[in-house]
Amino acid sequence: MRRSPLAILAFVLAAAALVLPTGADGPSPVFFATPAILFAAAAVALFVGASTTSLLTLLVLVHIAAYGLIALLGSFTVAGPGIGYWCMVVSAWLLAWLAVQRLAALRLASADAQRLVNLALPVLFGAWLLILWEIVVRGFGVPTILLPPPSMIAARIAGSVPTLWADFQQTFLKAAIAGYVIGCGSGFLAAIIVDRVPFLRRGLLPIGNLVAALPVVGIAPIMVMWFGSYWQSKAAVVVIMTFFPMLVNTVAGLAASGAMERDLMRTYGSSYGQTLLKLRLPAAMPFIFNALKINSTLALIGAIVAEFFGSPIVGMGFRISAEVGRMNVDMVWAEIFVAALAGSLSYGLISLVERGVTFWHPSYRS
Amino acid sequence: MNFVRNSVIPVGTVLIAIVALWYVFAVILNAPFERDQAARANTPITTGQLIANTMAQERPVLPAPHQVAAEIRKTVFDISPTSKRSLVYHGWVTLSSTLLGFALGTLLGILLAIAIVHSRTLDKSLMPWIITSQTVPILAIAPMVIVVLNAVNITGLLPKAMISTYLSFFPVAVGMVKGLRSPEIMHLDLMRTYNASKMQVFWKLRWPASMPYLFTSMKIAVAISLVGAIVGELPTGAVAGIGARLLAGSYYGQTVQIWAALITAALMAAVLVSLIGLIANVVNRRMGVRP
Repeated sequence: MRRSPLAILAFVLAAAALVLPTGADGPSPVFFATPAILFAAAAVALFVGASTTSLLTLLVLVHIAAYGLIALLGSFTVAGPGIGYWCMVVSAWLLAWLAVQRLAALRLASADAQRLVNLALPVLFGAWLLILWEIVVRGFGVPTILLPPPSMIAARIAGSVPTLWADFQQTFLKAAIAGYVIGCGSGFLAAIIVDRVPFLRRGLLPIGNLVAALPVVGIAPIMVMWFGSYWQSKAAVVVIMTFFPMLVNTVAGLAASGAMERDLMRTYGSSYGQTLLKLRLPAAMPFIFNALKINSTLALIGAIVAEFFGSPIVGMGFRISAEVGRMNVDMVWAEIFVAALAGSLSYGLISLVERGVTFWHPSYRS
Repeated sequence: MNFVRNSVIPVGTVLIAIVALWYVFAVILNAPFERDQAARANTPITTGQLIANTMAQERPVLPAPHQVAAEIRKTVFDISPTSKRSLVYHGWVTLSSTLLGFALGTLLGILLAIAIVHSRTLDKSLMPWIITSQTVPILAIAPMVIVVLNAVNITGLLPKAMISTYLSFFPVAVGMVKGLRSPEIMHLDLMRTYNASKMQVFWKLRWPASMPYLFTSMKIAVAISLVGAIVGELPTGAVAGIGARLLAGSYYGQTVQIWAALITAALMAAVLVSLIGLIANVVNRRMGVRP
């Protein structure tokens, strides 16, 4: 087996960490166990063949070591972590990278196991991003205003669930969803009318394409003036932001059915409505879902940004701008986490529905 | 002739209809204020006078198009570009951070895409996160980035440009990954029979093949960069830029100023996007893309 330079470097660093000062206030069990476990992991990576068992051992060991490294963070003297500690961090990172690399190269016979591995890869990557974020921020003593460690954000999320929920309710459940439904619905209906009238299609579509690229969020101050600072004005911004992507995509989708299929519908003597319902709308579904996905992000952005221009004392955008002013950066990160979660979940939900509706599309055939 | 009949006439008609509708709404929305004024002054007001008044208010609910046009003309041409009241000055502030952020973001996106295409590990571990990150309302982070960087004495162009970079590198990365993978197996096999090195495959096949994808995603990226720059100007408390004009306008109820800033931003976006479209046409032709 060819030894990878990554493994050699990780091994050397882990060995160095055994003798170099870590700067931690020993002697605790973690103080002794972490370098030892890391060394064992590096040894496994370097000397044991690339079997699945050794890969699993490596993964388990390196994550125990990572836990130890984070636990050690609390035990440093004023001077901060020593050179040995950073050797361990780099070594653990290299080992994790190596493990991910080997995992990515794995070809499994069973489809389920392969899917599990494909899911594990990004999860591991994300987990290590968080681990390194925590270690670097706390190890180097980065001011928490600049970048709070994930543990602090997590504590803040756990500690202010009622506030976060109220903000989420105001911004997402009221403004974003109402605006999204009205905007997408009217965009869809407008698209069907535009599609029926060729003159409108030629005239409105270039303008729609243009508007879809414009900074529509800028309309927010006007909407706040017109509809007041409650959630209705935010919903209005979302309506305008989501209308044009829906219009443009649906019109493109309605043109997507093939000439052959349309001819077939004609030979059946089907009416405009029948052709629309049975052929052209189903054929347009991939495009419509594309717009729904784009709009799900836009809706959240619109609702949050509109709150910067005036809002009642609840809402995600309000909380972000208010807490930024008070330098409570961890609360801002907590709001961003909630927004990210809401955005990803709604995107995932739309993808699931899409998979059910457009099961016939080539991208879902296995 | 066909061009005139198939696009100029319909687009023109729709545009005229939009302007006409705008006037109608300006009258409808501004009328209550005028009626109220007339009732307070106890003077009857004729419909003609009412309509004329609705289009010349100081702070209308919806300014008429010609008011906005006059405001743009005044702030663009009549005031020297170095003045803080000039729209050219504010537009330039926004444009410079947009362009800087867009350039950095595009570069970053391309580099990331190259790394992803050439590394299976990155592809499988990083790519899902890039796609997920598109579902995250990144724009919400803008005020924090600005204020936090201000707190450590990084001010001016860079923080705003960073938001634009952050927003624009995702579409470029995703588009370029698709583009660099777009060569067919047949072409890749041909390169292999030529015994081409990885570098040669990249420069002679993958890079030219990715050009249409690059420009499509650059169009999205430049539009979103502008949005990022505008939103990035909000939390600094209306110092300079289009976003500051919007915020100042909303503080003081200067609707005409808001609309003028909005229309300027829209024009800037349209010009930037069509500029990239033009460059795309030239480059694609040179790279051998046939329409």
